[in-house]
Formats: sequence, C-alpha cells, structure tokens
Amino acid sequence: MSETLRHTPLFSLHENYGAKMVPFAGYAMPLQYADGIMAEHQHTRAHAGLFDVSHMGQVALHPIDGDMDRVALALERVVPVDVLGLKPGRQRYGFLTNDAGGILDDLMIVNMETWFLVVVNAACKARDIALMQRALSSECTVQPLEDRALLALQGPQAVTALERLMPDVVSMKFMDAKTGQLDGAEVIVTRSGYTGEDGFEISVPATAAERIAEALLAQAEVKPIGLGARDSLRLEAGLCLYGSDLDETTTPVEGALEWAIQKARRSGGARAGGFPGADLVLAQLEHGASRRRVGLLAEGRAPVRHGAALFADSEGGASIGVVTSGAFGPTLQAPVAMGYVETGYMLAGTKIFAELRGRRIPVTVAAMPFVPPGFKR
Amino acid sequence: MTLYFTKEHEWLRVEGDVAVVGITKHAAGELGEIVFFELNVSANDLQQGDSVAVVESVKAASDVYAPVDGVILEGNPDLAGNPELISNDPEGNGWMLKMTLTNKAQLADLMDADAYAALIG
Repeated sequence: MSETLRHTPLFSLHENYGAKMVPFAGYAMPLQYADGIMAEHQHTRAHAGLFDVSHMGQVALHPIDGDMDRVALALERVVPVDVLGLKPGRQRYGFLTNDAGGILDDLMIVNMETWFLVVVNAACKARDIALMQRALSSECTVQPLEDRALLALQGPQAVTALERLMPDVVSMKFMDAKTGQLDGAEVIVTRSGYTGEDGFEISVPATAAERIAEALLAQAEVKPIGLGARDSLRLEAGLCLYGSDLDETTTPVEGALEWAIQKARRSGGARAGGFPGADLVLAQLEHGASRRRVGLLAEGRAPVRHGAALFADSEGGASIGVVTSGAFGPTLQAPVAMGYVETGYMLAGTKIFAELRGRRIPVTVAAMPFVPPGFKR
Repeated sequence: MTLYFTKEHEWLRVEGDVAVVGITKHAAGELGEIVFFELNVSANDLQQGDSVAVVESVKAASDVYAPVDGVILEGNPDLAGNPELISNDPEGNGWMLKMTLTNKAQLADLMDADAYAALIG
C-alpha cells in the first residue's frame, strides 16, 4: 500500500476486521473483508451492512448573516436543484454543472436548519470546495468538515440495529435528516444511502468514529462491507457512479437524472435556470437529448463491463453506445450493466448487442432499478 | 505426475503427454467469488503465454494464459453451470482445461510448489 494514500479514521478498524485494502480516490479503502463481495452484498440486502464512506467530502455552508434563504439562492447558482424549497431536516440529491450542462459532480444537500451540509465525492472534493468558495463566499462560509467521518448503515435491518443506540431514528422517513447523540457523540443522521436499501448515513466526529463503528458492528444484524459490494449494490439499484456513469461530458437529461431538477428550476418555474449550462439543460428537458442512460441485461452469465461498445446489430454498423458500469449482480444472480445509447434504442425491451472479447452478445435494454428499492417513504 | 506453477498463477499437472491446467488457490483468493468461466473458442494451437480462457469474478475479468505450448483437448465441463468450483476448489475439481504439450522442454522453466510458495510470500 503506497504511503501517499490517505487514511480514514477507520483505517485500523478495517485492518482489524481483515479487510483487503485498495487505493480508491487517493484513500486506502476496504475492497472486501473475509466473507467476500458476494456474501457482503447479500448480507446487506438481507440484514444490514456498515460502510466507511469517510473519504467523501462533508462541507458546511454557514450563512454569513444568518439568512438561510440567501444561501439557498446562492447554491441554486451552481446546482439545478430547488434548494430554496428544501425544508429544514430534509435532504436532496443534486449535481454541480458546467457551462456545457455537463455534470462536475453529484452530491447531497442537507438543510440543517441553520446551515447546509453538502456531501460530495472523494475524487471531486477539492475542486467542488474551490468552486463553492468562489461562487458562494459572499453569502456563506464554505468549510470542509475534515474532523468528521461518515458511516453508511444500509439494509432492511439497519433501522433495527441503529434504533437500539439511537431510538428516535425509527420515526425518520427517507431523506430526513436530524442531529442527535449516538454513543455519547454528536452525530448527524440522514435516512438515505446509495445501495437501494433502507438505511442511514451517519456523520460522526472523527475521534468517535471507531467507537461508534464498533458499537454498530456489535449489533447482531450488522457486518462490515467493502467497496466491492457497495459497487454491485448501487449498480443493481440503478444508481450512478461519478466518473463511470456520469462525468463532465454527460448532462442530467442524458444521465436520466431530470427527476432531480424540480419544477421551480425548469422553464416556466419560479426560478427557472440560472445554473451553469442552464440553456442547454432546459432545452434538453423539453426536447430530449441524443443519448440516454439505460439499464442493460445480458443473456448468459458473462458480465458486460465498463467500456464495452454497444451495437444495433449482431455484426457491422457503427457503435450506438457504450457500457459505463457492469458487473455480476449477486441479488439477481445475473450480469447487470448500465450505459448510454442513442435515444432510438432507449426503450425498455429493445434488443441490442454488446461487444465482449471480440464477439457481440445480445443484451436487452431494461428498466432500472434492477432490484426494487427498500426506502421508507 | 508432477505439479508445476507459473508466475501468472496457473498450475499444471502433467500426466504423461497431457497437462491439466487451472489457477492457483492464491489466484482464486485474489479474484474473489468466480461467477463465469469461458475457454477462448479460438484457442487451439497455443503458444506459451496465449490467452486461453477468461475467468470473471463479481468485480473483474481476468485472462488465463497457456503455461506451455500445446493443443486444448477439453475444458472442464462442470464449470459452465458451476463456475464457483474454481473459487471453492481451484487446484482440484475447479480445473480449467486439459491440453497436450508440444514442447515439454518448457516445463523446466516453470516453478515447483516450493518456488511458487516463495513467489507469493
């Protein structure tokens, strides 16, 4: 393991639990533990899995003059999301866009009543923070929360396990956020995650991270889960991985993420546009884009992976798209993938072909998520 | 009957003119649970180092290379429906293929079990 890799506050815990550590976004992170990716994935779907997501960036936006609406409106200059309509104690998915309507990063925005918490991807956080400091510094301070760790407790039994340590989480609904005491530490809990399961993300002081993780792992339902299963879980849930399924060249409409652009920010809405690339994104919302992110199911058991070219026919012709994520789905016990296709091929049920080791194998465009979500609405 | 190992983590059990080939326990452990195995349909008259099969775990695809020159006689018929045999018993029932050896002298350059154990530390 290279010495230049950063460690999260849970590095020692991962090693104690026998994790296989790998480099990810500049951090040494657990790929899997002794049970392996398949078992960890299935444990999360059936019980509860604890993930270390401390490598992600947690950023606090505190209003300079106490006015949350001013910060909300400032944030709306960089994200196409209705931030003004986000109520205290609620969070919302969104993304930063560039002038071409491409996605610079995807993120979560949490209204903490007197400040906003923004959670961004590890690989993008330095740039995101610089961007927010440039764009928002007249309305709020932009402060990376370097002294906090982030845990994700995911799965149908996550609430049962967490409730023993923090009883009032049971009343939370999907995308609710609240502060509270967990094992004597001040924590921020959101009922959310990135596995398609019910669950929580828990921001904790770095100094308490190991103790809280151990307290969660002491619950019978909970096992530690690595990045490998996190990837297969989010893929089965039809959720995008930034850098694979989304990047600066993909727009929200191409990425099938227009559900994250609320009515207020669309043409005719109360605060239409005003974010980078708005002209292009709003036009695509009305008229569509030339390509679209879709789910893909392959015949047989061979996974079709990132980078595989897609074709309309079994031989000849130009490529009509590309696979951006693909793996074997442990819940489905079948290969699952997502990718981009020209919009003429985007409807579920469309039969196309993926290039796999020099051959073209049949794949079917499929609705996502591949596995029904377990969110508590 | 003698066991040989390659630095690409294949093993080779030579029985007369025929070799049984698979991947080592070490390699299987590194790959994680295997979900798919396939011989390269074009692989027949093999040169040492040619890609002869692909093995896929949940996470990634890996090539398997011909440890010596030869011709494929058969793949393990049990792997099509049960590729996890490779994870569970890589140096036994999870064997991948049988091949003839066209250049037996190449065996001298492969490792024995002790040398392989030293390689993987």
